[in-house]
Amino acid sequence: MPANPTPGVFQAWLRVLQREMLLAYRQRNDILTPLIFFVIVVSLFPLGIGPEPKTLQLIAPGVIWVAALLATLLSLPRMFNNELHDGTLEQLLLSPQPVSVLISAKILAHWLTTGLPLVVISPVIALTFHMDNTALLYTVITLLLGSPVLSLIGAVGAALTLGLRGGGVLLALLVLPLYIPVLIFSTGAIIAASGGFPVDGQLSLLGAYLVIAVIFVPWVTNHALRVSLD
Amino acid sequence: MNTVNRTSFMTRPSLKTWCGNQTMLEAHMLAAERGGQRLFSDISFSLQDGDLLHVAGSNGAGKTTLLRMLCGLTLPAEGEVRWQQQPIQTNRDRYNEDLLYIGHRGGMYSDLNACENLRLCSNQVVSSPLIYSALEEVGLSSHCNKPLRLLSQGQQRRVALARLLLESRKLWILDEPLTALDTSAVEWFAGRLATHIERGGMALVTTHQDATFISQVTLNVVLG
Repeated sequence: MPANPTPGVFQAWLRVLQREMLLAYRQRNDILTPLIFFVIVVSLFPLGIGPEPKTLQLIAPGVIWVAALLATLLSLPRMFNNELHDGTLEQLLLSPQPVSVLISAKILAHWLTTGLPLVVISPVIALTFHMDNTALLYTVITLLLGSPVLSLIGAVGAALTLGLRGGGVLLALLVLPLYIPVLIFSTGAIIAASGGFPVDGQLSLLGAYLVIAVIFVPWVTNHALRVSLD
Repeated sequence: MNTVNRTSFMTRPSLKTWCGNQTMLEAHMLAAERGGQRLFSDISFSLQDGDLLHVAGSNGAGKTTLLRMLCGLTLPAEGEVRWQQQPIQTNRDRYNEDLLYIGHRGGMYSDLNACENLRLCSNQVVSSPLIYSALEEVGLSSHCNKPLRLLSQGQQRRVALARLLLESRKLWILDEPLTALDTSAVEWFAGRLATHIERGGMALVTTHQDATFISQVTLNVVLG
């Protein structure tokens, strides 16, 4: 039998990403659910509050961002649950490559299938709220910076609550408080930008939060998964 | 009572002398607890090249726990597992490079087909013709484009076992590999296992069935 080489770290990372995207394509109904949830929740507000443009403009940043948090939350249990049950998570943890690196590919795939669609659809949502161009632009920018943080922090929560009964509620209690800084800085940036104020501060803080999460989350998730699988 | 005994007859003395006495996998005073209850304790053994260890025991005796412990998935309550004299917790990457674990959950994605599973999930770089020939050998070449969830339990197990052909690892840890397999597949597995052992590989296997490979077992661990 030929001795097949073990893939290098980057090759293995690409493989995990490819596998996750293929799985996402096969389970595309699951992928669409958070996106549709986002659209429905956001469109409920104009119906409940009334079509007054001034009011809608005022609440738009908060509504869009809160809906984005909830939509992400909805998608989190999917992250590791299936893999726990078919035993593929065990195989991931037994990879010869650094597991934290492979987990980062999984989180990236989660963002590509959950966060990125929200970013893409947000301009349309923003228009229904009569947002001006600046606010629309900053909605997209803050979502682009902030939604990866949601996936990253969510991964830790999903790993910690893996296999627990009633894990969904616990996951929300665990993760939502950690989402608060993202919510504050993002909506703050949108409101400041539409008022003509500088937004460097908020965006820098969002970026810093993202960088810290990218560095630490895969490592923490790895340990959380090992504890959950023990 | 737990017992560990090495079967008295050594079928391959020449291999043993060639390998020397280097211990590859060593379990030292392992103990496990589940839900506050002691499952087993004081399990010690060492495996060398060409060893086949069979773990026996009734349901709930802790066979799966022991195997997961030896993989590093479950931390032992006491004791330690060593690979080439080093604790597996500290040189995990190197240990995983030599380890092939197939749990009682197969470790395959039910939404991917057999080829995709073997290509994207195995930890080795394998070409498509190799995957195809492996699937042919386990008798599934006509099913390689179906998602795994459409295959029967036995067929899914065969796909998982096809990894034995594709990944060249020194140590196999197999939890109930014969579950749901038919007679011909069991025979194929026994042959594959024999080849692996003859080449100086090591394997730990649990099974409830009176399997043909029992005759090659060099080490028995009986739990409970």
